[in-house]
Amino acid sequence: MTAALDITDLHKSFGPAKIIQGVNLSVAKGERHAIIGPNGAGKSTLFNLISGRFLPSSGEVRLNGALISGKKPFEINRMGLSRSFQVSNIFTNMTVRENVRCGVLHSMGYGYSFWRNIGNLREVSEKTAHILNEVGLLEKGNTPAALLPYADQRTLEIAITIAGGAEVILLDEPTAGMSHSETDRAVALIEKASKGKTLVIVEHDMGVVFNLADRISVLVYGEIIATGTPEQIRGDARVREAYLGEEAEDAA
Amino acid sequence: MTDMTATYAGLEPTRAEKFRQRTVPLILFALVLLVIPLFNPSRSMITLLNHMGITIVFALSYNMLLGRAGLLSFGHAVYMGLGGYFAVHVMNWVAEGTGFWGAVPIFSMPAFGFGAGALAGAIIGWPSCRRSGTPFAMISLGVAELVAAAGFMFDSLFGGEMGVSADRMAGPEFLGLSLGPVDEVYWFIAFWTFIGVLGTYAFTRTPLGKLSEATRDNAERVQFVGYNPQRVRYLVFIFAGAFAGMAGGMSAVQDEIFTPESLSLVPSGAILIATYVGGIRYFTGPIMGAIVMTYMGSNLSDYTVGWLLYLGLMFVGVVMFLPNGIAGIVYGTADTLRAGRLGEVWQSWLLRLAGLVLIAVSVITIIEVAFRWSDGYGEVFEPFGLSLATTNPLTWILGVLPLVLGVVLVLKAAKGESK
Ligand SMILES: Nc1ncnc2c1ncn2[C@@H]1O[C@H](COP(=O)(O)OP(=O)(O)O)[C@@H](O)[C@H]1O
Ligand SMILES: [Mg+2]
Repeated sequence: MTAALDITDLHKSFGPAKIIQGVNLSVAKGERHAIIGPNGAGKSTLFNLISGRFLPSSGEVRLNGALISGKKPFEINRMGLSRSFQVSNIFTNMTVRENVRCGVLHSMGYGYSFWRNIGNLREVSEKTAHILNEVGLLEKGNTPAALLPYADQRTLEIAITIAGGAEVILLDEPTAGMSHSETDRAVALIEKASKGKTLVIVEHDMGVVFNLADRISVLVYGEIIATGTPEQIRGDARVREAYLGEEAEDAA
Repeated sequence: MTDMTATYAGLEPTRAEKFRQRTVPLILFALVLLVIPLFNPSRSMITLLNHMGITIVFALSYNMLLGRAGLLSFGHAVYMGLGGYFAVHVMNWVAEGTGFWGAVPIFSMPAFGFGAGALAGAIIGWPSCRRSGTPFAMISLGVAELVAAAGFMFDSLFGGEMGVSADRMAGPEFLGLSLGPVDEVYWFIAFWTFIGVLGTYAFTRTPLGKLSEATRDNAERVQFVGYNPQRVRYLVFIFAGAFAGMAGGMSAVQDEIFTPESLSLVPSGAILIATYVGGIRYFTGPIMGAIVMTYMGSNLSDYTVGWLLYLGLMFVGVVMFLPNGIAGIVYGTADTLRAGRLGEVWQSWLLRLAGLVLIAVSVITIIEVAFRWSDGYGEVFEPFGLSLATTNPLTWILGVLPLVLGVVLVLKAAKGESK
């Protein structure tokens, strides 16, 4: 079976700075894969390369076997890959409902349509309400996104990402800055929303990572130093040395 | 999914709300258009109203770019001008009356303007919509200069400085309108103004209209929900050009002439100001701006040669203190009244109004005295029987004292409100 995501010998430099240095990674369909690593390791850059925000310096990325590196972000999104951002990246002057609806539209086949009344697109409205309900933002549907509290903005970020029903979902630190209870709620949402889908998640909270992930990759200085099941990662000497240290023992 | 339908229904505006918020204002607008002739307006009044209608459509088309898509254009008159020029040429073909053109009623000219504006938008927008922000604004400026220069150079197309004129009474009549007298032209303008308002409003309700707002807010994120922001901008640009061209077609019939001046930066700047002063965050803002600015443009000039100065001051004032424009004031006031909060705010409102009037007294005194002095004809500003020569101490008192007092009152009002 072809992997959902196949990354081969990926490199990225910004000028002289080599940020991603030969990443190889294969994520199977339906797998939940976590990427951990210290700040500045290149996790977000890796997501930017996969999702088409940056062009790789060399190497390739395949989505369900099809080459996506070199394509535009909107082309990659249409092929079934959707991502969220570490810093909330929402449509601030539009309402929560309109934000999610933007995520729904294209997947429902309404390209750049200018001959339809958006209010009459019943299946779009229903899908939007369904997503809002799933993430728990239904009551705030008519609130301007800019006025949402921080945790709700993070949730909206996830909602926009999953709205289009993409088969491969990339989440960049979805729980960053959330309180304990907010994190628990977000994780429950991520589990539900990624059911039957492929999930790649960057996450700092080791409790979340070891609970959620089928496999984990450790990225340090732009290289994956280990990939394996949570048990393998916990037992890996290099990982302990390079990154995990006490944290892994706490989580265990 | 059954319970979902219930929740989704609660989120969307109800049928009654939609009717009240969307259909009723349109019906009212149509009624106003229908009722105006009952007041027997004078010929010059009708001409003014016709120009308002044209400017309304033009301003709404401009706000498709500025307010909705977040694209600042310095050359939007290009599309009205090219649409209008095309309409004027079509009118002349109609007057010749050969073949197909002989059957075309002049009433349909805005449709031709619409097509020409769309075509111009499609050609010029192709390179310019690749960028947004400052590069887009600069390109629009360059294109406007280019097209205006071309307008003065290609005499066979644009008629040189004299422009191209036409006859609106040519061709077959439509709905029994000869379009000769201005009151018949009124019906023509009213019809197309309504179509323009309806069309630009309907556009805001389409997926593309919503995407243009999303692209304005966050062009990057649009890419990650499957859309190309360049494509969104380009399509919006074509529609904005089309409705501007429609306004051009209306103007061609009303004034029966187009000159290369109409392509220049002057009308482009004027529509920017009218739209912004009206309020770009509201759909109705440009309508209000178009009405107020057209009125001022035609009437203020009768009172004072310094009217452009006043318009400029007003624009600067709006940009600095009223970013939501006239519509912001109108809707803000309505909200306060509806919430029953007039009791809390009337004092600071009165204070602010008094302050603004005082400031206006000083500003008017300074401007009127200053340009009479600089003219050097020894003319004296004489409002209400006062003789405000530069040597009169009262002139200086009126120029300074109300200004200081007014600023104090306005600041006090602002302080009172922030509490
Ligand atoms: N657009 C860019 N230009 C230059 N350097 C960048 C750019 N984006 C990221 N970097 C650098 O790449 C490194 C990795 O960043 P990032 O991928 O955000 O790390 P992480 O998400 O793992 O914390 C950082 O040193 C950062 O400064
Ligand atoms: Mg990061």
